[in-house]
Amino acid sequence: MIVVEGVSFTYSGGVEALRDVSLTVKDGEFVAIMGQNGAGKTTLVKHFNGLLKPSKGTVRIDGVETTKTSIAKLSRTVGFVFQNPDHQLFSETVEEEIAFALKNFGFEEEVIQKQITWALNLLSLTQYRKTSPFMLSGGERKRVALASVLAWDPQILIMDEPTIGQDHEQKEKLRQFIIQLQAQEKTVVIVTHDVEFVAECNPRVVLMKEGKIVADGQGKDILTNLEALAQSSIVLPQIAQIFTQLTSLGFSRNVIDIYEAKGILLQAWGRRRT
Amino acid sequence: MKFRKVYSPIHNLDPRIKFIYVCAVFVAAILFGSILPLTALFLMQFPFVFLARVQRQWLRSLRGALFLAVFIFFTNFIFSFINAGYVIIASNVEFAAAMTLRFVVLVESFSVFFLTTSPDLLGLALEESHVPYEFSFAFTTAVRFVPVLAEEAQTIMDAQKARGLELEKGNFMKRIRNYIPVLIPLIVSAIRRSLELAEAMESRAWGATKKRTNLYGLTLHKGDFVLLGITMAILVVAFYVLLFVPVPTLTKLFL
Repeated sequence: MIVVEGVSFTYSGGVEALRDVSLTVKDGEFVAIMGQNGAGKTTLVKHFNGLLKPSKGTVRIDGVETTKTSIAKLSRTVGFVFQNPDHQLFSETVEEEIAFALKNFGFEEEVIQKQITWALNLLSLTQYRKTSPFMLSGGERKRVALASVLAWDPQILIMDEPTIGQDHEQKEKLRQFIIQLQAQEKTVVIVTHDVEFVAECNPRVVLMKEGKIVADGQGKDILTNLEALAQSSIVLPQIAQIFTQLTSLGFSRNVIDIYEAKGILLQAWGRRRT
Repeated sequence: MKFRKVYSPIHNLDPRIKFIYVCAVFVAAILFGSILPLTALFLMQFPFVFLARVQRQWLRSLRGALFLAVFIFFTNFIFSFINAGYVIIASNVEFAAAMTLRFVVLVESFSVFFLTTSPDLLGLALEESHVPYEFSFAFTTAVRFVPVLAEEAQTIMDAQKARGLELEKGNFMKRIRNYIPVLIPLIVSAIRRSLELAEAMESRAWGATKKRTNLYGLTLHKGDFVLLGITMAILVVAFYVLLFVPVPTLTKLFL
Protein backbone atom coordinates (compact mmCIF):
# COMPACT_ATOMS: atom_id res chain seq x y z
CA MET A 1 0.00 0.00 0.00
CA ILE A 2 1.26 3.47 -0.90
CA VAL A 3 0.33 6.20 1.59
CA VAL A 4 1.29 9.79 0.75
CA GLU A 5 0.50 12.31 3.46
CA GLY A 6 0.82 16.08 3.08
CA VAL A 7 3.82 15.82 0.79
CA SER A 8 5.46 18.94 -0.59
CA PHE A 9 8.59 18.83 -2.67
CA THR A 10 10.84 21.63 -3.88
CA TYR A 11 13.70 20.98 -6.32
CA SER A 12 17.10 22.40 -5.41
CA GLY A 13 16.62 25.03 -8.15
CA GLY A 14 13.64 26.36 -6.16
CA VAL A 15 10.83 24.90 -8.29
CA GLU A 16 7.96 23.80 -6.06
CA ALA A 17 6.84 20.61 -7.81
CA LEU A 18 4.44 19.19 -5.20
CA ARG A 19 2.23 21.12 -2.81
CA ASP A 20 0.65 19.30 0.08
CA VAL A 21 -0.28 16.14 -1.82
CA SER A 22 -2.12 13.32 -0.04
CA LEU A 23 -2.97 10.06 -1.78
CA THR A 24 -3.54 6.45 -0.83
CA VAL A 25 -3.12 3.62 -3.33
CA LYS A 26 -4.44 0.31 -2.01
CA ASP A 27 -2.95 -3.08 -2.80
CA GLY A 28 -4.10 -4.37 -6.17
CA GLU A 29 -5.31 -1.00 -7.37
CA PHE A 30 -4.66 0.34 -10.89
CA VAL A 31 -4.11 4.09 -10.93
CA ALA A 32 -3.39 6.44 -13.83
CA ILE A 33 -1.85 9.77 -12.91
CA MET A 34 -2.61 12.40 -15.51
CA GLY A 35 -2.05 16.12 -15.99
CA GLN A 36 -0.19 18.70 -18.03
CA ASN A 37 3.55 18.73 -18.47
CA GLY A 38 5.11 20.07 -15.29
CA ALA A 39 2.08 19.19 -13.15
CA GLY A 40 4.28 17.08 -10.87
CA LYS A 41 3.26 13.59 -12.00
CA THR A 42 6.74 12.15 -12.38
CA THR A 43 7.94 13.97 -9.27
CA LEU A 44 5.14 12.33 -7.30
CA VAL A 45 5.85 8.78 -8.47
CA LYS A 46 9.58 9.22 -7.90
CA HIS A 47 8.67 9.49 -4.23
CA PHE A 48 7.19 5.99 -4.28
CA ASN A 49 10.55 4.21 -4.49
CA GLY A 50 12.52 6.84 -2.58
CA LEU A 51 14.32 8.40 -5.56
CA LEU A 52 13.02 11.68 -4.17
CA LYS A 53 12.39 12.30 -0.49
CA PRO A 54 9.63 14.71 0.49
CA SER A 55 10.62 18.21 1.66
CA LYS A 56 7.56 18.06 3.90
CA GLY A 57 5.14 15.24 4.80
CA THR A 58 5.64 11.48 4.58
CA VAL A 59 5.48 8.69 2.00
CA ARG A 60 5.01 5.16 3.34
CA ILE A 61 5.24 1.95 1.33
CA ASP A 62 3.64 -0.95 3.19
CA GLY A 63 4.03 1.04 6.38
CA VAL A 64 7.73 1.82 5.88
CA GLU A 65 8.63 5.48 5.60
CA THR A 66 10.76 6.12 2.48
CA THR A 67 13.15 8.38 4.36
CA LYS A 68 14.04 5.55 6.74
CA THR A 69 15.17 3.01 4.17
CA SER A 70 17.30 2.74 1.00
CA ILE A 71 16.18 3.02 -2.62
CA ALA A 72 17.57 -0.47 -3.23
CA LYS A 73 15.39 -1.97 -0.49
CA LEU A 74 12.29 -0.10 -1.64
CA SER A 75 12.90 -1.10 -5.25
CA ARG A 76 12.51 -4.74 -4.30
CA THR A 77 8.81 -3.94 -3.67
CA VAL A 78 8.38 -1.00 -6.02
CA GLY A 79 9.43 -1.57 -9.65
CA PHE A 80 9.88 1.65 -11.61
CA VAL A 81 10.00 1.68 -15.41
CA PHE A 82 11.40 4.96 -16.72
CA GLN A 83 9.97 6.77 -19.70
CA ASN A 84 13.05 6.53 -21.90
CA PRO A 85 14.51 3.01 -22.14
CA ASP A 86 17.81 4.47 -23.35
CA HIS A 87 18.36 5.82 -19.86
CA GLN A 88 18.89 2.34 -18.51
CA LEU A 89 20.02 -0.08 -21.25
CA PHE A 90 23.75 -0.77 -21.06
CA SER A 91 24.35 -4.52 -21.33
CA GLU A 92 25.69 -6.51 -24.26
CA THR A 93 22.66 -8.75 -24.51
CA VAL A 94 19.00 -8.46 -23.61
CA GLU A 95 19.47 -11.39 -21.25
CA GLU A 96 22.20 -9.64 -19.27
CA GLU A 97 20.14 -6.47 -19.19
CA ILE A 98 17.34 -8.33 -17.46
CA ALA A 99 19.75 -10.13 -15.16
CA PHE A 100 21.23 -6.82 -13.91
CA ALA A 101 18.60 -6.02 -11.31
CA LEU A 102 18.25 -9.67 -10.30
CA LYS A 103 21.98 -9.81 -9.55
CA ASN A 104 21.76 -6.54 -7.61
CA PHE A 105 19.04 -8.02 -5.45
CA GLY A 106 21.15 -11.12 -4.85
CA PHE A 107 18.98 -13.78 -6.53
CA GLU A 108 20.43 -17.28 -7.06
CA GLU A 109 21.76 -18.09 -10.55
CA GLU A 110 19.01 -20.68 -11.15
CA VAL A 111 16.25 -18.27 -10.16
CA ILE A 112 17.80 -15.59 -12.39
CA GLN A 113 17.69 -17.87 -15.44
CA LYS A 114 14.11 -18.85 -14.68
CA GLN A 115 12.98 -15.24 -14.22
CA ILE A 116 14.71 -14.11 -17.43
CA THR A 117 12.92 -16.80 -19.44
CA TRP A 118 9.64 -15.87 -17.81
CA ALA A 119 10.01 -12.11 -18.41
CA LEU A 120 11.18 -12.56 -22.04
CA ASN A 121 8.25 -14.80 -22.75
CA LEU A 122 5.82 -12.41 -21.10
CA LEU A 123 6.84 -9.52 -23.36
CA SER A 124 7.38 -11.61 -26.50
CA LEU A 125 11.11 -10.94 -26.55
CA THR A 126 12.32 -14.55 -26.44
CA GLN A 127 13.92 -14.40 -29.90
CA TYR A 128 16.06 -11.44 -28.80
CA ARG A 129 17.57 -13.14 -25.77
CA LYS A 130 21.14 -12.94 -27.11
CA THR A 131 20.71 -9.73 -29.13
CA SER A 132 22.23 -6.42 -28.09
CA PRO A 133 19.50 -4.14 -26.74
CA PHE A 134 20.98 -1.30 -28.79
CA MET A 135 20.12 -3.14 -32.02
CA LEU A 136 16.41 -3.27 -31.22
CA SER A 137 13.73 -0.81 -32.34
CA GLY A 138 12.38 1.88 -30.01
CA GLY A 139 9.29 -0.09 -29.05
CA GLU A 140 11.32 -3.25 -28.43
CA ARG A 141 13.82 -1.39 -26.28
CA LYS A 142 10.90 -0.10 -24.25
CA ARG A 143 9.73 -3.67 -23.72
CA VAL A 144 13.22 -4.78 -22.70
CA ALA A 145 13.23 -2.00 -20.10
CA LEU A 146 9.86 -3.20 -18.85
CA ALA A 147 11.01 -6.83 -18.80
CA SER A 148 14.12 -5.87 -16.83
CA VAL A 149 11.90 -4.51 -14.08
CA LEU A 150 9.17 -7.16 -14.19
CA ALA A 151 11.79 -9.87 -13.88
CA TRP A 152 12.02 -9.49 -10.11
CA ASP A 153 8.24 -9.56 -9.84
CA PRO A 154 7.72 -6.42 -7.73
CA GLN A 155 4.49 -6.04 -5.78
CA ILE A 156 4.01 -2.46 -6.99
CA LEU A 157 4.75 -1.48 -10.60
CA ILE A 158 5.17 2.13 -11.66
CA MET A 159 5.40 3.00 -15.35
CA ASP A 160 6.22 6.47 -16.63
CA GLU A 161 4.57 7.00 -20.03
CA PRO A 162 4.42 3.32 -20.99
CA THR A 163 2.48 3.86 -24.25
CA ILE A 164 4.82 6.36 -25.91
CA GLY A 165 6.32 4.92 -29.10
CA GLN A 166 4.16 1.79 -28.97
CA ASP A 167 1.89 0.85 -31.85
CA HIS A 168 -1.72 -0.09 -31.28
CA GLU A 169 -1.03 -3.79 -31.02
CA GLN A 170 1.63 -3.27 -28.36
CA LYS A 171 -0.66 -0.94 -26.42
CA GLU A 172 -3.34 -3.61 -26.47
CA LYS A 173 -0.78 -6.14 -25.22
CA LEU A 174 0.21 -3.74 -22.46
CA ARG A 175 -3.44 -3.41 -21.48
CA GLN A 176 -3.90 -7.19 -21.37
CA PHE A 177 -0.74 -7.43 -19.40
CA ILE A 178 -1.91 -4.90 -16.82
CA ILE A 179 -5.16 -6.85 -16.46
CA GLN A 180 -3.05 -9.94 -15.85
CA LEU A 181 -1.07 -8.12 -13.15
CA GLN A 182 -4.34 -7.03 -11.59
CA ALA A 183 -5.44 -10.63 -11.41
CA GLN A 184 -2.30 -11.30 -9.37
CA GLU A 185 -3.28 -8.52 -6.94
CA LYS A 186 -0.37 -6.31 -8.03
CA THR A 187 -0.57 -2.56 -7.68
CA VAL A 188 -0.03 -0.69 -10.96
CA VAL A 189 0.56 3.05 -11.22
CA ILE A 190 1.03 4.66 -14.62
CA VAL A 191 1.87 8.25 -15.51
CA THR A 192 0.45 9.09 -18.90
CA HIS A 193 -0.94 11.60 -21.37
CA ASP A 194 -2.65 8.90 -23.40
CA VAL A 195 -6.35 9.60 -22.84
CA GLU A 196 -7.53 6.82 -25.17
CA PHE A 197 -5.40 4.24 -23.43
CA VAL A 198 -6.78 5.28 -20.05
CA ALA A 199 -10.32 5.25 -21.44
CA GLU A 200 -9.83 1.66 -22.61
CA CYS A 201 -8.45 0.54 -19.27
CA ASN A 202 -10.81 2.58 -17.09
CA PRO A 203 -8.57 2.65 -13.99
CA ARG A 204 -8.78 5.03 -11.07
CA VAL A 205 -7.61 8.40 -12.40
CA VAL A 206 -5.74 11.02 -10.39
CA LEU A 207 -5.61 14.41 -12.12
CA MET A 208 -2.82 16.76 -11.17
CA LYS A 209 -2.27 20.44 -11.78
CA GLU A 210 0.58 22.67 -10.58
CA GLY A 211 1.73 20.18 -7.97
CA LYS A 212 -1.71 19.48 -6.54
CA ILE A 213 -4.29 16.75 -7.03
CA VAL A 214 -7.35 18.39 -8.58
CA ALA A 215 -9.53 15.32 -9.15
CA ASP A 216 -9.46 11.69 -8.08
CA GLY A 217 -11.96 8.99 -9.01
CA GLN A 218 -12.94 6.26 -11.45
CA GLY A 219 -11.71 6.87 -15.01
CA LYS A 220 -15.25 6.91 -16.34
CA ASP A 221 -16.21 9.81 -14.06
CA ILE A 222 -13.01 11.83 -14.30
CA LEU A 223 -12.55 11.48 -18.07
CA THR A 224 -16.08 12.78 -18.67
CA ASN A 225 -15.83 15.62 -16.17
CA LEU A 226 -15.43 18.60 -18.49
CA GLU A 227 -14.39 21.14 -15.85
CA ALA A 228 -11.72 18.93 -14.32
CA LEU A 229 -10.34 18.01 -17.74
CA ALA A 230 -10.27 21.60 -18.95
CA GLN A 231 -8.26 22.55 -15.86
CA SER A 232 -5.60 20.01 -16.74
CA SER A 233 -5.80 20.65 -20.51
CA ILE A 234 -6.82 17.09 -21.25
CA VAL A 235 -9.26 16.39 -24.07
CA LEU A 236 -12.19 14.03 -23.71
CA PRO A 237 -11.72 10.51 -25.02
CA GLN A 238 -13.28 10.15 -28.50
CA ILE A 239 -16.22 8.06 -27.31
CA ALA A 240 -17.05 10.64 -24.65
CA GLN A 241 -16.76 13.38 -27.28
CA ILE A 242 -19.41 11.69 -29.41
CA PHE A 243 -21.71 11.22 -26.45
CA THR A 244 -21.21 14.83 -25.37
CA GLN A 245 -22.38 15.90 -28.84
CA LEU A 246 -25.38 13.61 -28.47
CA THR A 247 -26.57 14.81 -25.04
CA SER A 248 -29.32 16.82 -26.77
CA LEU A 249 -30.80 13.50 -27.93
CA GLY A 250 -31.04 12.38 -24.34
CA PHE A 251 -27.82 10.34 -24.12
CA SER A 252 -25.71 10.45 -20.99
CA ARG A 253 -22.20 11.69 -21.76
CA ASN A 254 -20.75 9.55 -19.05
CA VAL A 255 -19.50 6.87 -21.47
CA ILE A 256 -15.89 6.04 -22.34
CA ASP A 257 -16.03 2.34 -23.10
CA ILE A 258 -16.44 1.27 -26.70
CA TYR A 259 -18.61 -1.77 -25.89
CA GLU A 260 -20.84 0.16 -23.54
CA ALA A 261 -21.25 2.79 -26.27
CA LYS A 262 -22.14 0.14 -28.79
CA GLY A 263 -24.74 -1.29 -26.40
CA ILE A 264 -26.34 2.09 -25.74
CA LEU A 265 -26.44 2.99 -29.43
CA LEU A 266 -27.91 -0.36 -30.47
CA GLN A 267 -30.53 -0.09 -27.80
CA ALA A 268 -31.50 3.41 -28.93
CA TRP A 269 -31.58 2.28 -32.55
CA GLY A 270 -33.79 -0.69 -31.66
CA ARG A 271 -36.15 1.61 -29.77
CA ARG A 272 -36.59 3.85 -32.75
CA ARG A 273 -37.30 0.94 -35.13
CA THR A 274 -40.04 -0.53 -33.04
CA MET B 1 28.71 26.84 -14.08
CA LYS B 2 25.39 26.98 -15.86
CA PHE B 3 24.84 30.33 -17.54
CA ARG B 4 21.65 32.15 -16.67
CA LYS B 5 20.43 35.12 -18.61
CA VAL B 6 20.51 38.24 -16.44
CA TYR B 7 21.09 41.83 -17.40
CA SER B 8 24.00 43.44 -15.64
CA PRO B 9 26.89 45.68 -16.65
CA ILE B 10 29.17 42.64 -16.53
CA HIS B 11 26.91 40.46 -18.67
CA ASN B 12 26.79 43.18 -21.31
CA LEU B 13 30.55 43.41 -21.66
CA ASP B 14 32.16 42.14 -24.81
CA PRO B 15 33.24 38.52 -24.28
CA ARG B 16 36.55 39.12 -26.04
CA ILE B 17 37.56 41.84 -23.62
CA LYS B 18 36.33 39.80 -20.68
CA PHE B 19 38.43 36.91 -21.87
CA ILE B 20 41.52 39.13 -22.15
CA TYR B 21 40.82 40.33 -18.62
CA VAL B 22 40.58 36.76 -17.31
CA CYS B 23 43.81 35.88 -19.09
CA ALA B 24 45.51 38.91 -17.50
CA VAL B 25 44.38 37.79 -14.05
CA PHE B 26 45.62 34.30 -14.92
CA VAL B 27 49.06 35.64 -15.89
CA ALA B 28 49.24 37.83 -12.79
CA ALA B 29 48.31 34.88 -10.56
CA ILE B 30 51.03 32.76 -12.14
CA LEU B 31 53.62 35.58 -11.78
CA PHE B 32 53.22 35.83 -8.03
CA GLY B 33 53.83 33.09 -5.55
CA SER B 34 53.30 34.95 -2.31
CA ILE B 35 50.20 35.58 -0.37
CA LEU B 36 49.85 39.39 -0.41
CA PRO B 37 49.56 39.99 -4.17
CA LEU B 38 47.42 36.88 -4.58
CA THR B 39 45.03 38.17 -1.90
CA ALA B 40 44.85 41.45 -3.80
CA LEU B 41 43.98 39.54 -6.99
CA PHE B 42 41.43 37.49 -5.08
CA LEU B 43 39.68 40.57 -3.69
CA MET B 44 39.78 42.33 -7.03
CA GLN B 45 37.18 39.91 -8.48
CA PHE B 46 34.61 40.82 -5.84
CA PRO B 47 33.26 43.97 -7.52
CA PHE B 48 32.70 41.95 -10.72
CA VAL B 49 30.79 39.25 -8.89
CA PHE B 50 28.58 41.76 -7.10
CA LEU B 51 27.99 43.91 -10.17
CA ALA B 52 26.95 40.79 -12.10
CA ARG B 53 24.77 39.59 -9.18
CA VAL B 54 25.99 36.03 -9.52
CA GLN B 55 27.17 35.65 -5.92
CA ARG B 56 25.20 32.45 -5.27
CA GLN B 57 26.28 30.55 -8.35
CA TRP B 58 29.80 31.87 -7.93
CA LEU B 59 29.99 30.60 -4.36
CA ARG B 60 28.69 27.26 -5.55
CA SER B 61 31.46 26.94 -8.12
CA LEU B 62 34.02 27.86 -5.46
CA ARG B 63 32.56 25.22 -3.19
CA GLY B 64 33.00 22.75 -6.06
CA ALA B 65 36.69 23.63 -6.14
CA LEU B 66 37.06 23.18 -2.37
CA PHE B 67 38.17 19.55 -2.57
CA LEU B 68 40.95 20.33 -5.05
CA ALA B 69 41.96 23.40 -3.04
CA VAL B 70 42.38 21.31 0.10
CA PHE B 71 44.32 18.75 -1.90
CA ILE B 72 46.65 21.45 -3.26
CA PHE B 73 47.18 22.88 0.20
CA PHE B 74 48.18 19.57 1.70
CA THR B 75 50.43 18.36 -1.12
CA ASN B 76 52.28 21.70 -1.11
CA PHE B 77 52.50 21.68 2.64
CA ILE B 78 53.79 18.11 2.81
CA PHE B 79 56.44 18.66 0.14
CA SER B 80 57.74 21.90 1.65
CA PHE B 81 57.63 20.15 5.03
CA ILE B 82 59.88 17.40 3.67
CA ASN B 83 62.13 19.95 1.94
CA ALA B 84 62.55 21.94 5.13
CA GLY B 85 63.85 18.83 6.87
CA TYR B 86 60.71 17.59 8.58
CA VAL B 87 59.99 20.71 10.61
CA ILE B 88 56.86 22.77 10.51
CA ILE B 89 57.71 26.41 9.97
CA ALA B 90 55.36 29.30 9.39
CA SER B 91 56.71 29.91 5.88
CA ASN B 92 55.72 26.34 4.90
CA VAL B 93 52.15 27.06 5.78
CA GLU B 94 52.25 30.41 4.06
CA PHE B 95 53.65 28.90 0.88
CA ALA B 96 50.98 26.20 0.79
CA ALA B 97 48.29 28.80 1.45
CA ALA B 98 49.65 30.98 -1.37
CA MET B 99 49.57 28.09 -3.83
CA THR B 100 46.01 27.30 -2.82
CA LEU B 101 45.02 30.93 -3.18
CA ARG B 102 46.55 30.99 -6.65
CA PHE B 103 44.30 28.09 -7.63
CA VAL B 104 41.28 29.79 -6.06
CA VAL B 105 41.99 33.00 -7.99
CA LEU B 106 42.10 31.05 -11.26
CA VAL B 107 38.86 29.22 -10.54
CA GLU B 108 37.23 32.40 -9.34
CA SER B 109 38.05 34.50 -12.38
CA PHE B 110 37.15 31.79 -14.90
CA SER B 111 33.89 31.11 -13.12
CA VAL B 112 32.98 34.82 -13.29
CA PHE B 113 33.71 34.68 -17.00
CA PHE B 114 31.58 31.62 -17.71
CA LEU B 115 28.79 32.69 -15.37
CA THR B 116 28.39 36.02 -17.14
CA THR B 117 29.00 35.05 -20.77
CA SER B 118 26.28 33.28 -22.72
CA PRO B 119 27.44 30.38 -24.92
CA ASP B 120 25.98 32.21 -27.91
CA LEU B 121 28.06 35.32 -27.30
CA LEU B 122 31.08 33.16 -26.68
CA GLY B 123 30.59 31.47 -30.04
CA LEU B 124 30.15 34.83 -31.70
CA ALA B 125 33.33 36.07 -30.10
CA LEU B 126 35.25 33.05 -31.37
CA GLU B 127 33.79 33.54 -34.82
CA GLU B 128 34.73 37.20 -34.92
CA SER B 129 38.22 36.27 -33.80
CA HIS B 130 38.43 34.30 -37.08
CA VAL B 131 38.10 30.87 -35.53
CA PRO B 132 36.47 28.69 -38.25
CA TYR B 133 32.72 28.45 -37.67
CA GLU B 134 32.82 24.64 -37.44
CA PHE B 135 35.11 24.89 -34.42
CA SER B 136 33.29 27.70 -32.68
CA PHE B 137 30.01 25.88 -33.22
CA ALA B 138 31.41 22.64 -31.84
CA PHE B 139 32.71 24.53 -28.83
CA THR B 140 29.49 26.36 -28.02
CA THR B 141 27.45 23.21 -28.56
CA ALA B 142 29.70 21.34 -26.15
CA VAL B 143 29.32 24.09 -23.55
CA ARG B 144 25.57 24.20 -24.04
CA PHE B 145 25.15 20.45 -23.68
CA VAL B 146 26.98 20.20 -20.36
CA PRO B 147 23.89 20.98 -18.24
CA VAL B 148 21.76 18.75 -20.48
CA LEU B 149 24.15 15.86 -20.00
CA ALA B 150 24.34 16.50 -16.26
CA GLU B 151 20.57 16.27 -16.05
CA GLU B 152 20.56 13.13 -18.13
CA ALA B 153 23.24 11.55 -15.95
CA GLN B 154 20.98 12.18 -12.96
CA THR B 155 18.02 10.48 -14.68
CA ILE B 156 20.17 7.50 -15.65
CA MET B 157 21.43 7.18 -12.09
CA ASP B 158 17.83 7.23 -10.88
CA ALA B 159 16.84 4.57 -13.43
CA GLN B 160 19.66 2.27 -12.35
CA LYS B 161 19.08 2.89 -8.64
CA ALA B 162 15.48 1.86 -9.27
CA ARG B 163 16.92 -1.46 -10.45
CA GLY B 164 18.81 -1.95 -7.22
CA LEU B 165 22.16 -0.41 -8.16
CA GLU B 166 23.97 0.94 -5.11
CA LEU B 167 26.63 3.36 -6.29
CA GLU B 168 28.23 3.83 -2.87
CA LYS B 169 28.59 0.12 -2.16
CA GLY B 170 31.82 -1.85 -2.13
CA ASN B 171 35.53 -1.08 -2.15
CA PHE B 172 37.26 1.47 -4.38
CA MET B 173 37.45 -0.72 -7.53
CA LYS B 174 33.89 -1.94 -7.08
CA ARG B 175 32.68 1.64 -6.79
CA ILE B 176 34.33 2.57 -10.07
CA ARG B 177 32.73 -0.46 -11.71
CA ASN B 178 29.36 0.60 -10.25
CA TYR B 179 29.42 3.56 -12.62
CA ILE B 180 29.53 1.44 -15.80
CA PRO B 181 25.70 1.12 -15.93
CA VAL B 182 25.54 4.93 -15.74
CA LEU B 183 28.34 5.75 -18.18
CA ILE B 184 27.30 3.46 -21.04
CA PRO B 185 23.75 4.82 -21.42
CA LEU B 186 25.13 8.34 -21.04
CA ILE B 187 27.67 7.86 -23.84
CA VAL B 188 25.23 6.02 -26.09
CA SER B 189 22.62 8.71 -25.66
CA ALA B 190 25.17 11.49 -26.23
CA ILE B 191 26.20 9.84 -29.50
CA ARG B 192 22.58 9.34 -30.52
CA ARG B 193 21.83 12.94 -29.64
CA SER B 194 24.76 14.22 -31.68
CA LEU B 195 23.69 12.19 -34.73
CA GLU B 196 20.19 13.58 -34.41
CA LEU B 197 21.57 17.09 -34.03
CA ALA B 198 23.70 16.62 -37.15
CA GLU B 199 20.70 15.52 -39.17
CA ALA B 200 18.56 18.36 -37.84
CA MET B 201 21.30 20.85 -38.69
CA GLU B 202 21.77 19.52 -42.18
CA SER B 203 18.06 19.72 -42.82
CA ARG B 204 18.32 23.37 -41.85
CA ALA B 205 21.01 24.06 -44.46
CA TRP B 206 24.13 23.80 -42.34
CA GLY B 207 27.15 24.88 -44.38
CA ALA B 208 25.06 25.89 -47.39
CA THR B 209 26.99 29.11 -47.92
CA LYS B 210 30.61 29.94 -47.29
CA LYS B 211 29.84 33.37 -45.90
CA ARG B 212 27.52 33.11 -42.93
CA THR B 213 25.84 36.24 -41.62
CA ASN B 214 24.97 36.89 -37.99
CA LEU B 215 21.81 38.25 -36.43
CA TYR B 216 23.83 40.17 -33.85
CA GLY B 217 27.28 41.61 -34.18
CA LEU B 218 29.80 42.39 -31.48
CA THR B 219 30.71 46.04 -30.99
CA LEU B 220 32.84 47.56 -28.26
CA HIS B 221 31.14 49.99 -25.89
CA LYS B 222 32.40 52.38 -23.23
CA GLY B 223 32.39 49.68 -20.55
CA ASP B 224 34.57 47.46 -22.70
CA PHE B 225 37.23 50.14 -22.99
CA VAL B 226 37.11 50.68 -19.23
CA LEU B 227 37.66 46.97 -18.68
CA LEU B 228 40.46 46.96 -21.24
CA GLY B 229 42.05 49.82 -19.29
CA ILE B 230 41.73 47.91 -16.03
CA THR B 231 43.27 44.88 -17.69
CA MET B 232 46.24 46.87 -18.93
CA ALA B 233 46.64 48.44 -15.50
CA ILE B 234 46.68 45.02 -13.85
CA LEU B 235 49.40 43.80 -16.19
CA VAL B 236 51.50 46.94 -15.85
CA VAL B 237 51.22 47.00 -12.05
CA ALA B 238 51.89 43.26 -11.87
CA PHE B 239 55.09 43.50 -13.92
CA TYR B 240 56.21 46.68 -12.13
CA VAL B 241 55.77 45.07 -8.70
CA LEU B 242 57.45 41.89 -9.89
CA LEU B 243 60.50 43.73 -11.23
CA PHE B 244 60.95 46.66 -8.85
CA VAL B 245 59.10 46.12 -5.58
CA PRO B 246 60.24 43.40 -3.22
CA VAL B 247 57.02 41.75 -1.97
CA PRO B 248 57.33 40.88 1.70
CA THR B 249 55.87 37.59 2.95
CA LEU B 250 53.55 37.59 5.95
CA THR B 251 56.08 35.57 7.91
CA LYS B 252 58.72 38.26 7.42
CA LEU B 253 56.26 41.03 8.29
CA PHE B 254 55.02 39.58 11.56
CA LEU B 255 57.66 37.20 12.85
